[in-house]
Amino acid sequence: MSALLDIRNLSVALKGGPRLLRSVSLAVAAGEVRGLVGESGAGKSMIGKALLGILPRSVEVVDGQILLDGDDLLRLPPAERRRRIGQRAALIPQDPLTALNPAHRVGPQITDRLVDILRWPRARAEARALDLLAEVHIPDPGRVMKSYPHELSGGMRQRVLIASAFAAEPALIVADEPTTALDVTVQKQILRLIAEMQARHHTALLFVTHDLGVVSKVCQNLSVLYAGKVVEDTTVRDFFRAPGHPYSAALLAATPKYTDPDGSLTPVPEAVIAAVRAEVEAAETEWQHGRR
Amino acid sequence: MLDGRGAIRRRAGARLWLSGGWLLLLVTVALFAPLVAPQDPLAQDLMSGRLPPFWSAQAEPGFWLGTDSLGRDVLSRVIWGARVALTVACIAGPLTALIGGALGLIAGFYRGWADRIISRLVDIWMAFPPVLFSILLIAVLGTGLTSIILAIVVIDWTRFARVVRAEAMNQGAMDYVAAAQVAGFSRLRTMTAEILPNVLPTLVALLSLEMGISVIVEAILSFVNLSLSTDAPTWGGMIAEGRTSIHQAWWVLAFPLVALFLTVLSFSQFGEGLKDRFDPVLR
Ligand SMILES: Nc1ncnc2c1ncn2[C@@H]1O[C@H](COP(=O)(O)OP(=O)(O)OP(=O)(O)O)[C@@H](O)[C@H]1O
Ligand SMILES: [Mg+2]
Repeated sequence: MSALLDIRNLSVALKGGPRLLRSVSLAVAAGEVRGLVGESGAGKSMIGKALLGILPRSVEVVDGQILLDGDDLLRLPPAERRRRIGQRAALIPQDPLTALNPAHRVGPQITDRLVDILRWPRARAEARALDLLAEVHIPDPGRVMKSYPHELSGGMRQRVLIASAFAAEPALIVADEPTTALDVTVQKQILRLIAEMQARHHTALLFVTHDLGVVSKVCQNLSVLYAGKVVEDTTVRDFFRAPGHPYSAALLAATPKYTDPDGSLTPVPEAVIAAVRAEVEAAETEWQHGRR
Repeated sequence: MLDGRGAIRRRAGARLWLSGGWLLLLVTVALFAPLVAPQDPLAQDLMSGRLPPFWSAQAEPGFWLGTDSLGRDVLSRVIWGARVALTVACIAGPLTALIGGALGLIAGFYRGWADRIISRLVDIWMAFPPVLFSILLIAVLGTGLTSIILAIVVIDWTRFARVVRAEAMNQGAMDYVAAAQVAGFSRLRTMTAEILPNVLPTLVALLSLEMGISVIVEAILSFVNLSLSTDAPTWGGMIAEGRTSIHQAWWVLAFPLVALFLTVLSFSQFGEGLKDRFDPVLR
């Protein structure tokens, strides 16, 4: 099966500075749900941003390829790249508070891109938005379409964003910690909703999280990122049975649910962290030398 | 409802109505000055100089706010002075907002070299003391309304550029901007359709404030005799004249000063009120 998304040896660095992603390779097949885990600052969001073409200004891709449908996005002219991404991919962001524009009503925020970018007739776009809002279990979609974002709760906004992400039937959705900014009670519902929508639309999902519990529920495969490097790429089943990398093992051990029944928390051992960090630093020095 | 939003709205409402009322009155009398003004603002009558306002025993009918030392009607001159003040405010304000706002938006959203150039320009501009700068500019451009307006635009665009740039940078970091990029909208469309509406309330408040500032600048320049000809009715010119006869005829100074004060205050309050009204979070 050829991959829908195939990231090969992607390196991303602060301009003139150290690398934030170090030769990352990661593939997502059509319809696959892949978890991307790692601690805060590991570079999970950076992968999503690189692939969606929204890297921060201070950061640049220094090496590698991002193949979407077999074409390297990094080699396409900017306008063409934007078009491809807009047609084939979408984002479910982390913070529903800032992901909707406070100045516009909800409806146009879903339909504008369908009409302006994908050239749908407006009536069709509006019908589609209403359908999707109903699909994400929003009561009275017609009223919500006419609301401003501040009139909706956080959970409602995240539902709107999920509807919006699925609106153009993208082949790939990047969900960047889509539940962290929400109430614990709402988190479960949103998680279930994303899984449900994914199953119904057969969309590939790159699911960024640092919650292994979430991974075990929604993902089939898993990439573990540590300090900008993929240290493990495996199926979820194998991961929980026998993690292949010491960092993965430590990560698993540190997750309460998977430790001893008495619930004691095992922190990631210092030795493991030190070993991985030494490996990272060595590689980084080598790379910096290579660049000069 | 007892929530804070309601209270803010009510207060903004009163502010909006009071300041808006004064500005509306001013615009009306300025527009219809030839019909509204009881006297010819330029007509001198040395025999009826320094007549006091209407409530005084020595007042003469037809000269409601008294006359100056040359016998010119103060009320008529305040009304015609409003024309000058509002002309300057209504041209200089929007022009400054347009230029400063556009540059600030570009600098704050596109960043990069455009931002470096614009920010450097702002820094250089800020190094000049504005009053000296304006007097210098008028000296070069010559006196007259056009020069005053030009001077205000040239000096004050940085006020807009700085604030709008900061605001655009804030908005640019929001996820909805990233979402627009992912969807495939161009940078230009993102700037005008996503960022601009969120910067607009600030821009409007600043514009209203700037119109008040334009009125002050015009008054200062006519006060130091760099505006229209000395004869022409301007608030600044009247204040300058009134200063010399403050002990004999305080009203010559007081009425244009009050008009100036109320106008500047109203512009700034009107802007703040509008901003609260349009702020999407408070709306
Ligand atoms: N705008 C930016 N400019 C410069 N460096 C950045 C920027 N954003 C993130 N970084 C750096 O890039 C690295 C990876 O950040 P990233 O946001 O991808 O982490 P993450 O794995 O998503 O973490 P989290 O779980 O906290 O979201 C971090 O070291 C971070 O400091
Ligand atoms: Mg992140």
